[in-house]
Amino acid sequence: MANVIRRQTPAARLLRAVLYGVLIVAGLFYILPMVVMLMTSIKPLSEISAGTLLSLPQNPTLEPWTKAWGEACTGMRCEGVGGYFWNSFAMVIPAVLISTTVGALNGYALTKWRFKGSELVFALMLFGCFIPFQVVLLPMAQTLGWLGLSSSRAGLILVHVVFGIAFTTLFFRNFYVGIPNELVSAAKLDGAGFFRIFWRILLPVSAPIIVVSVIWQFTQIWNDFLFGVAFSAHNTQPVTVALNNLVNTSTGVREYNVDMAAAMIAALPTLVVYVLAGKYFVRGLTAGSVKG
Amino acid sequence: MSEPTTRTAVRPTASGWLQAWLPRLVLAPSVAVSLFFVYGFMFWTFVLSLTSSRMLPSYDFVGFGQYTRLMANERWWIASTNLMLFGVLFIVICLVIGALLAILLDQKIRQEGALRTIYLYPMALSFIVTGVVWKWLLNPQLGIQAMVQSWGFESFRFDWIVDPDMAIYTLVIAAVWQASGFVMALFLAGLRGIDDSIVKAAQLDGASLPRIYWRVVMPCLRPVVFSAVMILAHIAIKSFDLVVALTGGGPGYATDLPATFMYTHAFNRAQIGLGSASAMLMLGGVLAILIPYLYSELRSRKHG
Repeated sequence: MANVIRRQTPAARLLRAVLYGVLIVAGLFYILPMVVMLMTSIKPLSEISAGTLLSLPQNPTLEPWTKAWGEACTGMRCEGVGGYFWNSFAMVIPAVLISTTVGALNGYALTKWRFKGSELVFALMLFGCFIPFQVVLLPMAQTLGWLGLSSSRAGLILVHVVFGIAFTTLFFRNFYVGIPNELVSAAKLDGAGFFRIFWRILLPVSAPIIVVSVIWQFTQIWNDFLFGVAFSAHNTQPVTVALNNLVNTSTGVREYNVDMAAAMIAALPTLVVYVLAGKYFVRGLTAGSVKG
Repeated sequence: MSEPTTRTAVRPTASGWLQAWLPRLVLAPSVAVSLFFVYGFMFWTFVLSLTSSRMLPSYDFVGFGQYTRLMANERWWIASTNLMLFGVLFIVICLVIGALLAILLDQKIRQEGALRTIYLYPMALSFIVTGVVWKWLLNPQLGIQAMVQSWGFESFRFDWIVDPDMAIYTLVIAAVWQASGFVMALFLAGLRGIDDSIVKAAQLDGASLPRIYWRVVMPCLRPVVFSAVMILAHIAIKSFDLVVALTGGGPGYATDLPATFMYTHAFNRAQIGLGSASAMLMLGGVLAILIPYLYSELRSRKHG
């Protein structure tokens, strides 16, 4: 479906100019909020009240960034969002690794070792992708309490793994369905076992889906707010919660430049992932909608 | 469903038995986790919704009393109506913008990759970040309103975020900004999958371009529209962080959604019973969308 509008007549050329015009205006709609955020984050407060959103910074300064990182108040404490930034990493990395590993093994078992009821098992697990998490919040809070994991990092990791497995299993299951069974069958005849076949045959071809799963889980867990706000305390709070606290702390003058710098800090890791691996990011987003 | 080639011959040895059961053993923890944390918790929340629990869960059953209270609660009705309004506008606008941009991008555009990246990047952000940015842009004293006024349009007004009647539309703007690029990506992938010859044939028949898109291309994209609606509806029902960051549910509770209603009542206002009832109704809403979708998915898979 391309090249339907052809470049021939002057009318067609005009149409093409309009086409580019519309596309660029749309691009501005998406890019300008980020530009404004970045510019605001390097303006001194005086320039913010004197100028407008789009006035260029006259005396760019990194002070809002250092303040957002190490001094700004998030509720009662005034330590910036830096510590919470690392909290997020300490939560995200184990949660992503565990949920991806479990998802890979599940997907492998569900496709290459089918048994009676394996489709049902998949359907059962898949439902976890769709529930609104409000429906598990209260029991989860109580269960974490019983496990002695209230407000702990391990508790948050557990929550993210438990509700991430549905997605990672879906990714790997849909990917492994497309890998021919012949190799696996031959290896089985040779007497290779479950893990050996996974390690030698499936894993070497899994790189693309591992990337998709890691990126999906990373952005989901990094960007999570609901679980973070419900199940964490000061020393485990993720950066999204800290950012929200920072913006809503009302002590003295509102420092919009610091707010924007803190928002940039919270946004950077997922933006970097998107820029480096955008293709896989899109694939993860669409995986849920592609029939398996 | 199982294919004979992948089934293992069960040998009567211990290791053979282990091999045959290993896949099930590997899946067992995940199944157990999902039975407990998903199905068990759903049931648990349902049980809580039948009790008079306030600060702490108690198991003093009051039947469907909490649901009756919820139905009589003005704030719940505002939250539900808000969700309908927000959900419908969000989905429709995302679909229109997404489809339009995808069609325009599919005309052999130079720099297509760069434009695509720009359209899609907001999807990588947290809704909290999106909320914080748009709260700044929509700030009447320093944001877009002030900027346009400084250009000489003194009477320009864009103070929706502090206007109880209009604040809900600011949620739509921010959510559309975040998700419409993603819908564009879905449509673009769909367009690239359409066979060129169908369109060529329609062109030879002398059909006009808009007519080709409306009559020939759009019907091919029905599954894409379907999935997009599904995903967007899901985002809308779960919207919690965007409201918290952008409006805090305000002014007053003019922009409350069921997700924020549930959280406020269950965690801040010591109304666990009522909060659980609202969570169950949210689940009901998701199921009402999901079941027809899965049904049609399964049917089309059987036919195709």
